[in-house]
Amino acid sequence: MSPKTLYDKIWDAHLAHEAEDGTCLLYIDRHLVHEVTSPQAFEGLRMAGRTVRAPEKTIAVPDHNVPTTLDRAKGIDNEESRIQVEALDKNAKEFGIHYYPVSDVRQGIVHIVGPEQGWTLPGMTVVCGDSHTATHGAFGALAHGIGTSEVEHVLATQTLIQQKSKNMKVEVTGKLKPGVTAKDITLAVIGETGTAGGTGYVIEYCGEAIRDLSMEGRMTVCNMAIEGGARAGLIAPDETTYAYVKGRPHAPTGEQWDAALAWWKTLYTDEDAHFDKIVTLKGEDIQPVVTWGTSPEDVLPITATVPHPEDFEGGKVEAARRSLEYMGLKAGQKLTDIEIDTVFIGSCTNGRIEDLRAVAEVVKGKKIKDGMRAMIVPGSGLVRAQAEEEGLAEIFKASGFEWRLAGCSMCLAMNPDQLSEGERCAATSNRNFEGRQGYKGRTHLVSPAMAAAAALTGRLTDIRELM
Amino acid sequence: MEKFEKLTGIAAPMPLVNIDTDMIIPKVFLKSIQRTGFGVNLFDEMRYNRDGSEIEDFVLNKPQYRNAEILVAGDNFGCGSSREHAPWAIKDFGIRCVISTSFADIFFNNCFKNGILPIVLPQEVVDVLMKDAEKGANARMEIDLEAQTITTSDGEVFSFDVDPFKKHCLMEGLDDIGLTLEKKASVDAFEARAAAERPWV
Ligand code: SF4
Repeated sequence: MSPKTLYDKIWDAHLAHEAEDGTCLLYIDRHLVHEVTSPQAFEGLRMAGRTVRAPEKTIAVPDHNVPTTLDRAKGIDNEESRIQVEALDKNAKEFGIHYYPVSDVRQGIVHIVGPEQGWTLPGMTVVCGDSHTATHGAFGALAHGIGTSEVEHVLATQTLIQQKSKNMKVEVTGKLKPGVTAKDITLAVIGETGTAGGTGYVIEYCGEAIRDLSMEGRMTVCNMAIEGGARAGLIAPDETTYAYVKGRPHAPTGEQWDAALAWWKTLYTDEDAHFDKIVTLKGEDIQPVVTWGTSPEDVLPITATVPHPEDFEGGKVEAARRSLEYMGLKAGQKLTDIEIDTVFIGSCTNGRIEDLRAVAEVVKGKKIKDGMRAMIVPGSGLVRAQAEEEGLAEIFKASGFEWRLAGCSMCLAMNPDQLSEGERCAATSNRNFEGRQGYKGRTHLVSPAMAAAAALTGRLTDIRELM
Repeated sequence: MEKFEKLTGIAAPMPLVNIDTDMIIPKVFLKSIQRTGFGVNLFDEMRYNRDGSEIEDFVLNKPQYRNAEILVAGDNFGCGSSREHAPWAIKDFGIRCVISTSFADIFFNNCFKNGILPIVLPQEVVDVLMKDAEKGANARMEIDLEAQTITTSDGEVFSFDVDPFKKHCLMEGLDDIGLTLEKKASVDAFEARAAAERPWV
């Protein structure tokens, strides 16, 4: 048998049908659903008189629109948002799928809830009407975002029409330097490959620096595979993965666990398997990074200066000029001189317990800069509960942070958590697009530790200065 | 789904690279539970001032491009989120074909589900088409999906590639859920086999 990549193995294990023209039907093990991209899909089913083929494999949770203020039990003010969440309540009930309503402590961002509840397991196919489904690849699951028509297709058929992607390997060798985190790895990779560098590929992340990461860190890395253009990101499962999964509510137990484990242990890329593209980074070369522009590829080490549009080529020259104008920055300016109005810590990239611990470590016993708006939004109700139990919440509050309830919040600002015009934010989320966090809002993507440092100093800050 | 066979129309030039889904349809418009009505908000933040008035020099506000049916865009068009609201907005505005050097994966797939043809061409060809689009309303481009050709207003012809299955669905206006349900027996058999091999799933 010819050697296979991890992606090849998962693909082969889920190929339900292959037509003569090469069009494939991939069987889907887990379908995650949220309120923004699903109403039209359920409506489509209803109109065609169709049902959900595998409700027991379908899990829904509202996250994008929900308020994260402490008074949210009183309901959602914005009428359209409320209707969308109510539609999900109704659809979940009507079609009999698993559901975590806003009032449930397990509610949270769909990509945090799935792994937390043990729905995401190694070797699975996982889809969701959301591009950051790539997150689940951290478990060695083939996970990707789909559009609403595809959501409807999966609901009705439990399959997806797919063509196989090419294989890409991203290897991060060696050890990371102090102050460098999973977020810096994933941003550095995008800085290297560009936002279209992964288009047409599924990425497998490997190498010592990746192996050394916790599951939380691995989820941060895979989360942003989509920002690099890839259909999915994968990390082969290992002891770290099994330890995280074991004992989760929907993880297998007893004999089933043993059988699962035996199969999971076959999920790695064979020696000599073919990759169509290989990118290698040295772990020790990666520095704490920050984005300066309006594309996630606009990445630089925090010690650098804002680039000149002329440093680029082709269409990127105009894009960089536009970015600088939008961001209100001047070429040549030191990144560490950029003043920040707001800090947002949260999202499916960095809203897990380990991220909050990293923040607490930086801000413990210190106050955020006067006038700074700083918000911590845990990724799920359970992350929030754990942070309270560990005493992190007290540290945040004493430092001057707002301590919120779980949701997507200012990552995409569909709920009331938004930047105002010209407001500048250091954010742990994943997109710095124009308007992403609010109309004319300005976003710099950073790691949780760097966001915490910026909250203290009021400017983009090299975390290593505070260590 | 509406069929796509041939299209002769005005092409609007948008040479910007990395046009993302937040630009195409900002999230404030994602709260609808319908599939239609997004066209007026296509490129909303680039197209309108805060008071709702039009930004004159935005391409789709220019008189010669208001009825554009084709978009010629910079690299990596449609990057960002999976929101199908992006192709819904494009279609609702009246655009049926987008041409670029590359597209983000999810956006690309979403187009085909909505009767929109995304065409990938090399930079040199996109440059020629961009120039042609810049000529304005009298320069009509012709897209022939059957023949897989684009003809510029000068009569220059370029051919493009398209996946045969996607082409077939687009030309016939097929609902692919219906097509997949025809393969139910294969899926049932697979499901039974997988349940035996991986009972923990
Ligand atoms: S946290 Fe942000 S990126 Fe993640 S699912 Fe929510 S909106 Fe999308």
